[in-house]
Amino acid sequence: MDQRLVTAIIVVLGVPAVLIGYIWLTERLLNRIGQRARPRLRPWLWLAPALAFLIVFLVYPTIGSLIRSFQNAAGTKFVGLDNFAWFFTSDASLIALKNSLIWLVVLTALTVGLGLLIAILVDRVRYETVAKSVIFIPLAISMVAASVIWKFMYDYATPPDPQVGTLNAALGSAGIAPVAWIQISDFSFNSILLVIVMAWMWTGFCMVILSAALKGINPELLEAARVDGASERQLFRGITLPLLAPTLAVVITTMVITALKAFDIVYVMTSGHFDTQVVAFQLINELYNFSNPGRASAIGIVLLLAIVPVMALNIRRFRAQEAIR
Amino acid sequence: MTAATTQTAGPGRASRFVRRVPLHVVVIVLMVVWLIPTIGLLVNSLRPPEALTQSGWWTAIFSPSQFTLNNYAHVLAQSNVTAGFVNSLFISIPATVIPIMVAAFAAYAFAWMKFPGRDILFVAVVGLLVVPLQSTFIPILQLYGPKGLNIAGSFLTVWLAHTGYGLPFAIYLLRNFMGELPREVFESAAIDGASPVTAFFRLALPMTVPAIAALAIFQFLFVWNDLLVSLIFIGAQNPDNAPLTIVVSNLVSSLGGGWQYLAAAAFVTMALPLAVFLALQRYFVRGIVGGSVKG
Amino acid sequence: MIEQTRTTRTRAATAIAVLAIIAAACSGSATPTPAASAAASAAASAAASTAASPSAAASAAGGSLAGQSVTVIGTWGGAEQDAFMAMVKPWETQTGATVKYTGTRDLNTVLTTGVASGVLPDLAGLPGPGQMTQWADSLVDLGPILDVATYKSETAAPLVDLGTVNGKLVGVFIKTSVKGLIWYDPKTVDLSSSPPATWDALQTAITQNKSKAASPWCLGVESGAASGWAGTDWIEDLVLRQAGPDVYNKWWQGKVKWTDPAIKTAFQTFGQVVAQAYGGATAVNATNFANAGDPLFKTPPGCLFLHQASFITGLGGFKTAKSGTDYNFFPFPDINAQFTGAIEGAGDLFGMFHDTPAARSLMAYLVTAPAQDIWVKLGGAISANKKATDYPDDISKRSADLLANAKVFVFDASDLMPTAMNAQFWTDIVTYVQHPDQLDALLADLDKTQKDAYAAP
Repeated sequence: MDQRLVTAIIVVLGVPAVLIGYIWLTERLLNRIGQRARPRLRPWLWLAPALAFLIVFLVYPTIGSLIRSFQNAAGTKFVGLDNFAWFFTSDASLIALKNSLIWLVVLTALTVGLGLLIAILVDRVRYETVAKSVIFIPLAISMVAASVIWKFMYDYATPPDPQVGTLNAALGSAGIAPVAWIQISDFSFNSILLVIVMAWMWTGFCMVILSAALKGINPELLEAARVDGASERQLFRGITLPLLAPTLAVVITTMVITALKAFDIVYVMTSGHFDTQVVAFQLINELYNFSNPGRASAIGIVLLLAIVPVMALNIRRFRAQEAIR
Repeated sequence: MTAATTQTAGPGRASRFVRRVPLHVVVIVLMVVWLIPTIGLLVNSLRPPEALTQSGWWTAIFSPSQFTLNNYAHVLAQSNVTAGFVNSLFISIPATVIPIMVAAFAAYAFAWMKFPGRDILFVAVVGLLVVPLQSTFIPILQLYGPKGLNIAGSFLTVWLAHTGYGLPFAIYLLRNFMGELPREVFESAAIDGASPVTAFFRLALPMTVPAIAALAIFQFLFVWNDLLVSLIFIGAQNPDNAPLTIVVSNLVSSLGGGWQYLAAAAFVTMALPLAVFLALQRYFVRGIVGGSVKG
Repeated sequence: MIEQTRTTRTRAATAIAVLAIIAAACSGSATPTPAASAAASAAASAAASTAASPSAAASAAGGSLAGQSVTVIGTWGGAEQDAFMAMVKPWETQTGATVKYTGTRDLNTVLTTGVASGVLPDLAGLPGPGQMTQWADSLVDLGPILDVATYKSETAAPLVDLGTVNGKLVGVFIKTSVKGLIWYDPKTVDLSSSPPATWDALQTAITQNKSKAASPWCLGVESGAASGWAGTDWIEDLVLRQAGPDVYNKWWQGKVKWTDPAIKTAFQTFGQVVAQAYGGATAVNATNFANAGDPLFKTPPGCLFLHQASFITGLGGFKTAKSGTDYNFFPFPDINAQFTGAIEGAGDLFGMFHDTPAARSLMAYLVTAPAQDIWVKLGGAISANKKATDYPDDISKRSADLLANAKVFVFDASDLMPTAMNAQFWTDIVTYVQHPDQLDALLADLDKTQKDAYAAP
């Protein structure tokens, strides 16, 4: 215990110190080099630690994935686009693709929309911290516990046995027969129910970030506009929203990607049964349960390609931002 | 001039209250709706296992005699709960501090230094968000394992891994906030002869505190609640270093029995992240940037 | 002023950085090292590795295993974990070594990444014979470690064979279970005259007792990621007795198609059971297998019979019910007179990844009757060792006898199939329960997966 405590303290204090020392050292070095070279070299020196981590932990495995996506399950020979063809033609994959799309749209809309709404509303009440904590709590609960909670919400018991699930009990007190919620795949209803579980958790995430951004808006701007007679809606549309736009882009992009990677909820609540399969879950199944890293990697590459449009939008926004700065 | 939330006397006050009632109603309704599932779990964590499958949690409110602290007692009585808690701290704190620092430097470079390919590189970094963690396990474990550095089972493995995993989002968030800082501030600092290092430490960092606070909350939370990464890099090799999440997952048998302990454990493990959240709330205040912006 | 402050700050930062680096270097082994101390102890206890039986190994090692540890990984948690730790306690006391156990539901992930990278525990519970075969190259040959002759004499032959890959013994069974037992409440259904020995007799018993319960059958297939397995057990039992052990074995080997009439008939019979199940198809898919038998004990009873493995006695309503008085069982009745006396079983396989003296000693200990008796005594488990007889009640003893004396013993077919096939089987049971009219489409789908899953890599 002692030994590890010492190590931990060294790391917590030492690493920042080393980083600061590194930056200071590089600045010293740069002072030796000519004035013109400095701004050309400096960014790379500042980026170096981050790039090192990213290359080792994310880029290198992804390159491996790319190569493996063209190989067969045992990794012994190249099979071209077979794995991709399998993905786009197998029935199970097509259902997963449809569901992932639903996740993408519904989760992002719910979390960002509600997150923004709540951030704005609680900004104006005295008990702001309490309210924010309440919305934040689901995120602090682990995925497994959250899934347990919602299993209880959606639970179905054979009538006339007493209903243990909150929703079915509510129905029961209104005289309606209980429903096996997560088995209803019409209109992807059960997928949406699963999205609601994740939205319940992640709205807090969007709320915290948007709240931080909201606090950065100069209140003088809003007051001046109010004095000028602007309504709340005009204030929102004309001042708040444009100033929040960059942060909204961050939150939306992050939620889109989170939605594409979501699988924990599906895994615990339905394990993909009743047509609730999602792409990320398929990836993990292929990789660890079916020992087919080729197909798993293909799915990973598909995910990577799927976010290219979102990334392109981000670039456009940067360029526009840069132009007005 | 401070934000004008002052209350005006006289008839203005009453009409203000009436106008604000809908606001309060909406907020409170949202809070209640959000809390119901959690309260359900809380109530269930205080009930004996047989009661859980036989009646809904709200019925327990009407028969309080069934409430019991047994589930919590069982969770806390586990021989490795304290060790797990300490291990979780050992893992989470460095894994929060390091990514934030590394990301801060990178974010500043992306936000305020011009260099060719900056936007493309940045978008590539953000794009790495989509890489599923599970597909990185084998290559990284090969690096950590006996054929590589042979550090599997130590905390260093997860510190480095969580840093790598957390960087895309950290850089994304911090760059966004840093980029929004007023250009004039940096320009005048440059005119004064300040180097980028000074501008970073004395201007950028202090003004990005809300974002850093948010980031700290999330990174700590994700690492604290993480099970899989610790399991793969530490778990099998060195159970002595297992964090709380692994201890809690062992409360349930492979056939699913004992999950009433999960309910109690959820609240035990939630306490610390919630405390971190509350502690960092004071950084979410107005006016850190506000004062320097001119319309 | 900015210049001055910068210098001071950066000087301070450098000082801290330098101090930190020096401190890190001086703290020697700065990073905690893994607990297993294979290299250090290998030389010291080389002599102990040739011991023939557990007691000899323990006494030869004496306390010389003191301070060493064995890392074990498995899916067991909660009460199962307690049972396993109780099982190894005598070994720990005798040898002075410690067992460090980690339980996880993500066993496949851990072992797959482990086998690919070399980061593995010493001992591991294996997901099944199919997976074990895939990892055979990384598993240690247990031949030189166990007293194979004694092991073979104490264990049913099929179980020994299942743990052998290409002549190498790599897996041993720590505990087993008997599948396909029909459970009932003797207070509801009076079978004292003689339990039904044939499927027809069972149907007669159902008709005779129909008024005593809401439905003839209790059934629940929900089980998280493995939902559907309770249904696969049904299908396997039906195939075994309708089509015989030969077809059964060819079927899990991928040589009999799913669209074969024999398999289809089994599905259809299962469909009849679903139609007669408590709560109907919706409840079957929504009810967890552990609680599926609870209606047996309700007043008035919800069902007459439950088809489930021997380990149900430790779960759900069975836990609080009294063995013999509240519940009893009879083996799955014969359907085709040709194929009588067949028993289906399953079990928990264990394998070894690192050959260390402590690991060897533990492995040798785990297969002995005294060790397995410990778990067996706690209930809900059957030993793979024929000499383990410390069963807590008559019911457990009878199930163990069934296993030991089986005329024809087969292992759970879905556990033997490739994982992809197994997973599809589970999922399709769930779909079939919900949409019985899609049977032909589902079977055709299973054929497609079969082609893929059994193809040589």
